[in-house]
Amino acid sequence: MQNDVIAPENLVYAKPKLMNDTPMHYCAGCSHGVVHKLVAEVIEEMGMADKAIGVSPVGCAVFAYRYLDIDWQEAAHGRAPAVATGIKRCWPDRLVFTYQGDGDLAAIGTAETLHMLNRGENIPIIFINNAIYGMTGGQMAPTTLIGQKTTTCPYGRDPKLNGYPLKITEMAAMLNGTCFVSRQSVENVASIRKAKRAIRKAFQSAMDGKGSSLVEIVSTCSSGWKLSPVKANEWLEEHMLEFYQKGDLKDTTGY
Amino acid sequence: MKKEIIISGFGGQGVLSMGKILAYSGLVAGKEVTWMPAYGPEQRGGTANVTVIVSDDRISSPVLSSYDIAIVLNQPSLDKFLPKVKPGGMLIYDGNGIINPPTRGDITIYRIDAMAKAAEMHNNKVFNMIVLGGLLRVVPFLPDDALERALYKTLPERHHDLIPLNMKAVDEGKEIIKKCV
Amino acid sequence: MTEKTLRKGNEALAEGAIRAGVRFFAGYPITPQNEVPEYMSAHIADEGGAFVQAESELAAINMVYGAAATGTRAMTSSSSPGISLKQEGITYLASADLPCLIVNVMRGGPGLGSISGAQGDYFQATRGGGNGDYRVIVLAPNSVEELGNFPKLAFDLAEKYRMPAMILADGILGQMMESMAFNFDPVDPNKLGKFDWAVDIHKNGRAKANVFSYKGDNLIADVVERAKRYGLIEKTEARFEERNCENADVILVAYGLSSRACLEAVNHAKEQGLKVGLFRPITLWPFPEKQIAALAGHCKGILVAEMNAGQMIEDVRWAVNGRIPVRHYGRFGGIVPDPSEIKEELIKFANHAE
Repeated sequence: MQNDVIAPENLVYAKPKLMNDTPMHYCAGCSHGVVHKLVAEVIEEMGMADKAIGVSPVGCAVFAYRYLDIDWQEAAHGRAPAVATGIKRCWPDRLVFTYQGDGDLAAIGTAETLHMLNRGENIPIIFINNAIYGMTGGQMAPTTLIGQKTTTCPYGRDPKLNGYPLKITEMAAMLNGTCFVSRQSVENVASIRKAKRAIRKAFQSAMDGKGSSLVEIVSTCSSGWKLSPVKANEWLEEHMLEFYQKGDLKDTTGY
Repeated sequence: MKKEIIISGFGGQGVLSMGKILAYSGLVAGKEVTWMPAYGPEQRGGTANVTVIVSDDRISSPVLSSYDIAIVLNQPSLDKFLPKVKPGGMLIYDGNGIINPPTRGDITIYRIDAMAKAAEMHNNKVFNMIVLGGLLRVVPFLPDDALERALYKTLPERHHDLIPLNMKAVDEGKEIIKKCV
Repeated sequence: MTEKTLRKGNEALAEGAIRAGVRFFAGYPITPQNEVPEYMSAHIADEGGAFVQAESELAAINMVYGAAATGTRAMTSSSSPGISLKQEGITYLASADLPCLIVNVMRGGPGLGSISGAQGDYFQATRGGGNGDYRVIVLAPNSVEELGNFPKLAFDLAEKYRMPAMILADGILGQMMESMAFNFDPVDPNKLGKFDWAVDIHKNGRAKANVFSYKGDNLIADVVERAKRYGLIEKTEARFEERNCENADVILVAYGLSSRACLEAVNHAKEQGLKVGLFRPITLWPFPEKQIAALAGHCKGILVAEMNAGQMIEDVRWAVNGRIPVRHYGRFGGIVPDPSEIKEELIKFANHAE
C-alpha cells in the first residue's frame, strides 16, 4: 500500500500528547510554537501532566492555553509571577510556571518578576525575548537592540531617546533566590535540544524546592521584524545572539 | 454614666497600655468601652495619646474633640489638652517635669506624683497603676475590683504573680492623689 | 458566639478572616491597616495558610487572583491609595468570576490624602475603579464586632455568586478597640467542598481547566450572564438596619462609622420630641434601593450623613426619585461628625421639611 510509510511502526517522531490539534495563531517562523512544544515535552517526560499549571501572559502567548492541554490561568500584563506565587503557595505540590514575553516580563512586570525570583518561589519562568511587542504590532520593547527599527523607534533605537536594551536575565542571575538562570535559543536543532535541557532543569529544580529559575529563549518575530522566517533566524544569530549571549548564567541546582 | 477620657504623655511611658487596662476594667464591669490611639505620624516624635470612653450605652464615636477627664503626663500634653477639658471636667497631671502647672477655674485639677512614687517603689512599670488608682479614687465610676479583674484578663498567666504588686500601686495612687486649689 | 473581648478593629478583622477560613493573604504596608498583615503574618501559618508580603499592591491583588483560582479563601487588605492600585486585579477577578475578599480601611483622599478615617471611597467601591462592566459586593461594618464577623459573610456571598467581595471600613474602625464577639464557629476550609471552577485538573474529570479573563467571542454571553447574576443579587442580598423609621418625619441615612454618630443624634432628637429615624445600609452594593424607596413613601425628607463631600447621596436620590427632599451633611478630610452637629442639622432640616 502506498500509505505504508506512515504506518505507526514507521513513526520516528510524534508530537507531544499534551499538544492538541488546535491550529496555532502564531506566524510562520515564530519561536513560540517550538518553545510550546518543548514545554509540553518536558511536562510529559516529568510525568507532571496532571499537576502542571501554566500562567500565561498578555502578548502573543496569551493563547497558550489553547494549545497545551494542561491547566492555565491568564494573568494581567506583567503580573504572571504574582499570580503564580498565589497558586504555588496554595498548592506547593503542583508544577506552576509562567510563560512571559519581553514586554510583559522586562517592562510592565519588572517588579513582579524580580521579586518573585528573589523570594525564591519554586516557580520557573519561560521568557520569550524577541526584542519587540509582537501582539500589538511591533513596538519597541525593553530588549530592542540599539539601532533596531520598530514602529515606535522608526529611526532605530537611540539610547539618548530610548535608553538601552535591558539584560534582565543577568539581573536575575544576581538574585539569591534563583537556582538556575540560562539563556538559550531555538533557531536550529542543536539549540532546540539545549533549550529543552534548560527547561527541564528549571522545571525539575522547582519541584525539588531549589528556588526560582529563569530560562530566556532568544526568539524571532519574523512579522514584527519584517523578515522572512529564514532571514529572521539569520538576523537572530547575527545580531540578537551577539548582544544576548547564550549559556547558563547561574546554576546551583547540582544536577 | 459616660466618661470621655484622654490619656497623654511621652511615647514609651505606657500611655496606650494604661488606656487598655482602663478599657478592660470597663469591659469586666459590663460597660461599653472604646479605646482609640493617635496613630501614624501623629504617634512619632515622642508623644502618645489615647482616648478611652466608658459608658452605660453604646458609644457613637471613639474620636472626640473635648473630654470629661484629661490625664496628662508631660508638659506638651498638658498644654495641648488643658483647653480641651469640658467645663466642669477634670484634669489629672503628674508633677514630674511640669514647669507651667495647669490653671483653669472651671475644672477640677488633681496632681498625682506617680513617677516619683514608682521610683520610690523601685518599679517604673507600676506607674500606670498608680495613676489609675488615683483616677478611680477621685472618680469612682468603676467598681473597686474592676482594675484587678482587668489585670487578670490582660496579663499573660506567667505574670499573674505581679498582680498583688500592681494592686499595691493602685492603693498608693489612691493615697497620693491631691486636689490642687 | 465567643466570649466578649476587647479587640482592635484591624485585629478583629484579621482574626475573623482566619476563622472564616482564609488561608492565603497577600498585602503591602499602608496606614491605617498595618495590623491586618501583621496579624496574618503571625497567625495564618498556624492554620496551614500562607502569608506573602508583596512587592506592591498590584502584586498583592494578583497573588490573590492566583490563590483564588485554586479555590482557597484568599484576601488582601489595604487603604485607599493602595485600593486604587488594586483595581487592575479586581477587574480581572471579576472577569474570571473568582471569589475573594478585598478590605479597604479607608483614609482621607484624593491622592496620598491623610491617614485619618474617612468615607471618600464610596464611589470607588460601589462603581469600581477598574475597567469594564463588573460589580463587587460591598459590606460596610460600623463596629469592631461587625468588622470581625463580616469576613465570613463576605466569603459566603462571594462564593455563592462567584465574585469579589469588599469590606469597606475606615481608619477609625480599624484602629479603635471595643468589645466584640465572633458570632460564628471557625470554618474548616477542607469542609467547604470542592469548587468546579478551580484550576485543578483532577476535579470533575475535566481534560483541563482555564481561568482566564480574555473572552474574545464569548464576551457577550459572559457579560450578559453576569448582569443577570448582578440583578439577582440586587433583588435578594441587600442588607440594612432600620431604627425608628416607621413613623419618622425625617430619616437619616448613614453607613459605617458615621452611622454611629447619627444614631446618637437620632436618640437626642427623639428626646426633644422630633419624629426621626435612622436607616443604615450594610451592603453598599447591592444598595437597599427598594427599602429607601419605600421610606420615601411615608417620610417628609431624608438627610444623608457621610464622611465625604456627597457620594452615597446619589444612590439615595436615585432610590427616592424626586419624591421628597434629600439633603447631604458631610464632614470630610478626616473629621468624624459630632452627634450634636448632626442633631442640629436634623432639627434644621425637620423644620424646613414641615
